[in-house]
Amino acid sequence: MRKFREFIIEKLILLCGLASVFFVILIFLFLLREGFSVFQTASPKEFLLGKSWYPISEPPQLGILPLILGSLLVTAGAAVISIPIGVGCAIYIAEVAPKRTKEILKAGIELLAAIPSVVLGFIGMVTLVPLVKTLFHLPTGLTALSGSIMLAFMAMPTIVSIAEDALYSVPKTYKEGALAMGATHWQAIWRVMLRAASSGILAAVMLGIGRVIGETMAVMMITGNAAIIPHSLFQPVRTLTATIAAEMGEAVIGSEHYFALFAIGIVLFVISFAINVTADLFLHKRQ
Amino acid sequence: MVFRRIILGLAIFAFAACAPAGSRKNSIQIKGSDTMVNLAQAWAEEYMEVNPGEFVAVTGGGSGTGFASLISGTCDVAMSSRDIKKKEIALAGKRGVIPNEIRVALDGLAVVVNPANPVGKLTMDQLARIFSGKIVNWREIGGTDEAIVVLSREVNSGTHVYFKEHVLRRNDRNNKEEFAPGALMLSSSQAIADEVAGNPAAIGYYGMGYISKSHKPVAVAKDADSPYVEPMIENVINGSYPISRPLIVYTNGEPCGLVAKFIDFALSKEGQDIVLRTDFVPVGQ
Repeated sequence: MRKFREFIIEKLILLCGLASVFFVILIFLFLLREGFSVFQTASPKEFLLGKSWYPISEPPQLGILPLILGSLLVTAGAAVISIPIGVGCAIYIAEVAPKRTKEILKAGIELLAAIPSVVLGFIGMVTLVPLVKTLFHLPTGLTALSGSIMLAFMAMPTIVSIAEDALYSVPKTYKEGALAMGATHWQAIWRVMLRAASSGILAAVMLGIGRVIGETMAVMMITGNAAIIPHSLFQPVRTLTATIAAEMGEAVIGSEHYFALFAIGIVLFVISFAINVTADLFLHKRQ
Repeated sequence: MVFRRIILGLAIFAFAACAPAGSRKNSIQIKGSDTMVNLAQAWAEEYMEVNPGEFVAVTGGGSGTGFASLISGTCDVAMSSRDIKKKEIALAGKRGVIPNEIRVALDGLAVVVNPANPVGKLTMDQLARIFSGKIVNWREIGGTDEAIVVLSREVNSGTHVYFKEHVLRRNDRNNKEEFAPGALMLSSSQAIADEVAGNPAAIGYYGMGYISKSHKPVAVAKDADSPYVEPMIENVINGSYPISRPLIVYTNGEPCGLVAKFIDFALSKEGQDIVLRTDFVPVGQ
């Protein structure tokens, strides 16, 4: 009887494990089937490298190059802002902060992670956007820069908590050894701790970036959504995610536009899959 | 395939709900045009007050969203600020839905700028050139030397489609004019209102109901020889304001039961008074 129960439970857990893989495969197949239909109207080259996105015109122009570049630009901007701050914050929490400060900081970062992105977007729209406009004398504050700053806030919790974890798991003896050799506290952190935790920190950065590139609501509210090829951070951009979110409601099911949005989904899937795999490689290297 | 079957099932369900046998149903789902949300909400509130026990739910999302739900059977009434597209009719036909068009009000589209902007009147031709990105500086049309920030609604908006077809393309089927690629696509009329209020270089468009003290509506002339007309209810009724459009609701086939009762209410004297109160223009006057 006991053995039988054990057997049932084991199989149930196995089923749970398989279910998640099964759903990923189903989603991927659905994406592929719907997305690839777009290539009946536009060649892969036209689709990926086309410079005009006018999906509801007759005939539709389905070039997503401005959208890809928009997503990459906003993500790069967010990375430049969030990586130094995030890693710095992680070092402070793991190595420098007294216990009490550490607890408060950690709670604060968890709180930051708990703010829904639509709320961050709304706050950005009423505070950050006018600020960016006046600060840089721009015609409008709805720019890639505003999006990058807001997304940096969203990437920060991921980067801080995983990087802190990586630093924490470096054996204490490393640091003690460095200090015993006469290194200052800073030298020990910079030359020893950071090097030892580097793969974990890189994984943290990758996961943070993964979060940023998939973010939708906040960027849709504050980046202006103009489908142009951006030349600087001070221009409006339209990201892949915002395009899907803004247009899915309108797209006539079975139209070129509808398939094109699924194809954008494939592009996004490929990008975030690549980022996650890279992060995973770094994490495994560490172990 | 499974997905399609579910949608088909829903469509059949919705159809059955409208047949006399299903008249026990006591609620209506209305979905679609953001422009019409406030109007439909006002109708719904008044209607539910006179008819306790009957429920009317109103959601926005854009005209296209309304059609998509009508076709998939998740709403009874689709609100739209543009005509239904051929593609949508074809798709509805495939799902056994016959879109039935009822005009319930008129809407004037106002083009607005910041009150600090000296430009206060434009011709249709100038509007077309501004929104398609051919005029890029306010100086070219008598304003200050500043780049024009063009604001548009997202492509899921009936207002976007209407503005493109009637202002940019001047109702010409062969005209392939598009919004300037650099035009900012905002997701709601309120977002346009906010940006215009805070940005002296911005120009945008929205339904007349959104006009407030923090925006300046632009007087529009059909061509250089015509008088400039302010976007006001009288001017839409007498036809002198050039950018106005019908607001339409679509039902699946002839409305029956509760849906018919609601639409009759919307077209009644009380219903049309509400139209006026929400800054739209009544029909049939």
